[in-house]
Amino acid sequence: MSSQAVLESASTAPKRGADFGRLHLWGKLLWPALALAILLAIDGICIRGFFSVSIVQGRLTGTLVDIFRYGAPVMVLSVGMTFVLATGGVDLSVGAIMALAGAIAAKAAMPTSLNGMGISPGSGIAIALLVSVLAGMWNGMSVAWLGMQPIVATLVLMVAGRGIARLCIGAANVPLSGTIWTALHNPHLTLPMAPIIVLIVAVVAGLLTRVTSIGLFVEALGGNPVASRYAGVRVGLITFMVYVFCGLCAGIAGIISSADVMIANASSTGMYMELDAILAVVIGGTALTGGRFSLVGSLIGALLIQTLQTTLIYKVPIQQTLVIKAVVVLAVCLLQSAEFRRKSLAVCARLGLSRTRKAAAQVAS
Amino acid sequence: MRSESIKSPLLQLQKVRKIFPGVLALDDVDFSARRGEIHAIMGENGAGKSTLIKVLTGAYPRDGGRMMLDGAEIAPRSPQEAQRLGISTVYQEVNLIPSLSVAENIFLGRQPTRWGRIDWRQIRRRAQAALERLDLSIDVGRQLSSYSIAIQQMVAIARAIDISARLLILDEPTSSLDANEVQRLFAVMRKLRDEGMAIIFVSHFLDQIYAITDRITVLRNGRLIGEYPTSQLSRQDLIARMMGRELADLDVQLQQEESGQRDSHQSISMRDIIGRGIIPSPGTRGEGHGGGFLSTPNQSSAPSPALPRSTGGGSEMPSPILRARSLGRSGSIQPFDLEIGAGEVIGLAGLLGSGRSEMARLLFGIDVADSGDIEIGGRKRVFRQPRQAIALGLAFCPEDRKTSGIIPELSIRENIVLALQARGGLFKSLSRARQDEIASGYIKALGIATPSAEQSIGNLSGGNQQKAILARWLAADPRLLILDEPTRGIDVGAKAEIQKLVLSLCRQGTAIVFISSELEEVVRVSDRVLVLRDRALVGQLRGAAISEQAIMQTIAQERPAEVAR
Repeated sequence: MSSQAVLESASTAPKRGADFGRLHLWGKLLWPALALAILLAIDGICIRGFFSVSIVQGRLTGTLVDIFRYGAPVMVLSVGMTFVLATGGVDLSVGAIMALAGAIAAKAAMPTSLNGMGISPGSGIAIALLVSVLAGMWNGMSVAWLGMQPIVATLVLMVAGRGIARLCIGAANVPLSGTIWTALHNPHLTLPMAPIIVLIVAVVAGLLTRVTSIGLFVEALGGNPVASRYAGVRVGLITFMVYVFCGLCAGIAGIISSADVMIANASSTGMYMELDAILAVVIGGTALTGGRFSLVGSLIGALLIQTLQTTLIYKVPIQQTLVIKAVVVLAVCLLQSAEFRRKSLAVCARLGLSRTRKAAAQVAS
Repeated sequence: MRSESIKSPLLQLQKVRKIFPGVLALDDVDFSARRGEIHAIMGENGAGKSTLIKVLTGAYPRDGGRMMLDGAEIAPRSPQEAQRLGISTVYQEVNLIPSLSVAENIFLGRQPTRWGRIDWRQIRRRAQAALERLDLSIDVGRQLSSYSIAIQQMVAIARAIDISARLLILDEPTSSLDANEVQRLFAVMRKLRDEGMAIIFVSHFLDQIYAITDRITVLRNGRLIGEYPTSQLSRQDLIARMMGRELADLDVQLQQEESGQRDSHQSISMRDIIGRGIIPSPGTRGEGHGGGFLSTPNQSSAPSPALPRSTGGGSEMPSPILRARSLGRSGSIQPFDLEIGAGEVIGLAGLLGSGRSEMARLLFGIDVADSGDIEIGGRKRVFRQPRQAIALGLAFCPEDRKTSGIIPELSIRENIVLALQARGGLFKSLSRARQDEIASGYIKALGIATPSAEQSIGNLSGGNQQKAILARWLAADPRLLILDEPTRGIDVGAKAEIQKLVLSLCRQGTAIVFISSELEEVVRVSDRVLVLRDRALVGQLRGAAISEQAIMQTIAQERPAEVAR
């Protein structure tokens, strides 16, 4: 290339560069967003009053509001899970940490006469979040410094976390009470509390990763750990941090989830939620193998899952829901696969071609 | 010479076109390969060689044009499909399974069966026969990995031919072979050619192109420049067509570079880089501000302690910036002593596996030394992580840029700023404007061919990836830059550019450790050459004593002549 050409291409580079970046981002978000839009459109047609939102007794109510409200735990989980998957890892323990957080908060607030700690519910929640961070640190340490496979390392807490929760409060439902729980459950606000918490978590996570260099390091680590280490990235520390943050998100999700029903339950809270969270992140365009991540994509993925859940509750007998959920998830994943889109287009083109040929043959005869 | 007229084209490409986002990789390229000829595809990095081959083998779908094999139009959609049509490829990296036997590798995926069970006797017999066709008689029952790379490559060729190849594509097959092995490969290629096979040969070694090929197709910037009989195209003409300029110019440029009188209108010059403030000029980095352009007002971090550094170029012994004392690691490299002065270029020479890369890995903290220490800035240290070395101003371009250099998914900009950002810590981030400025500055200064700094680095050709990795380290303003095979697998033009860059950097006081398998290159750039053999430092040569002859003698010597102090 001549020096003249180099000069020319360099002078136009920044402007075109920005366009490329934006195109890339939208390209990734297009398919999950499209899937969500299609699902919402189907709901709008099939379910009467799906989109109607009204204010009843000073509170915003409606199906859409419910989706945001009941989808909040998965959304918070998916924020933390995004970073873990982006480093090429996985955290299976988030569902168990949710149960653990609820159980610890309940145990702390129980009166001493009932084997509790007898402290205020607010401090109880703080302790629960602290324990979630500790659980994340355990996972992070196992993966980052003890060299365990993420799936195995987090499997330990997936089993043990729920076990510890059961040791704390047993197998029964423990009712939660206190102003802070009431506020979380049903605040004196127009909006429900859960989506507000999601918004705060997502914004904090976005700022933490994009205003600092942490986001770059996470993507570099997921993209090529060896090259990242050679470039001086603190690979161990970054890995540790993503698991700690994921643990904290799981704790927050556990509190939201318990506040939803005003009950702490070691068995049912967060059951299978780790799978929903992983699914949400993958639908959102972050690869299981690590690398580029998209927080917005993960949130859209989580909303998609919750919308589906809501739709199924309205329309489908309970014994069929899991099967139908699987079918829809498969459809979304196929839609995302460039390979599948290419092949199905080719098949359509071939079918179309043979039809036109037949038509042409008929015309000719 | 055999007559050209009887050779009908086996494969013909007409106006083949391939578009990547923002790049026209192949622009209406015509190409034909005839039966019984060895055909070279030549071009600089980014010329479209790899893309053409990937289109040929079905790894990429083409966006336009026709492709005909034996007169019938084909459109392979995968390498497997191309292979069924008779187009087989053997890549630079052997794509076989090291832990299986030679015979299993040759028949993997198409094992002959008898009564529903694998017929091992037949596999062995036919594998033996396939290898004998290449005049190779080895034990086909032994594990593939127990043989040298050269033999493994022969096995890969045997496999390709056995799946009935009519067209054999050899992509950089010689880059990890020694001279004898190359001759052996050539004998096989001639034999296959004489049997009527068409062979496409891609290599960066001009000698080999002239030794073996009958015809050369030259590409530049995705366009066909022309097709020539090898005997009628002189080397000068070939290089001129590949680069679009005369080689004579380049040689003059290089000589001027070395004698310090630079031409002001060459395609890259360090003066451009310095002038644009991308790399601080020697005057601006003294003891006062250690971090070069890291120490601009809003970027306060300068983690490196102030180091004595000369502004280079002097003929007196430069002050050492790094001193290694009996640094070693068992099983990797025997303890060695080493002093590196500011602005010095130290070449490491030795055969493959002599311990050159191992030495670099110890210095950079990738491997942890189990004896000795490194002294930098008056303090003794043992590096356990590369980042400790980086904090003290070391930098390392690894040998294998694909697995340990680039982060393929990220953009060129992100790849370039990565080391700088990593040194700044977790919470400091360069502004986006500053990142764009650094990235576009280096893209321009090093002539990285890309439409945008936001392209994924994985989309670039090898030479441009290498330049981007160099930019990553130049941006971090190192005191000592270790380059492990920086010119491997890249073309003549980029090679000369990288050599020039090395010379300019050392003139500014950056010390360089230069590792290369090409002795000519080591001789050309080094002030001092360390010779390694069998994982030990066996001698060193200085100044006028440096020559290819002297290096080879030192390697061949029975006992070390002068052990490095």
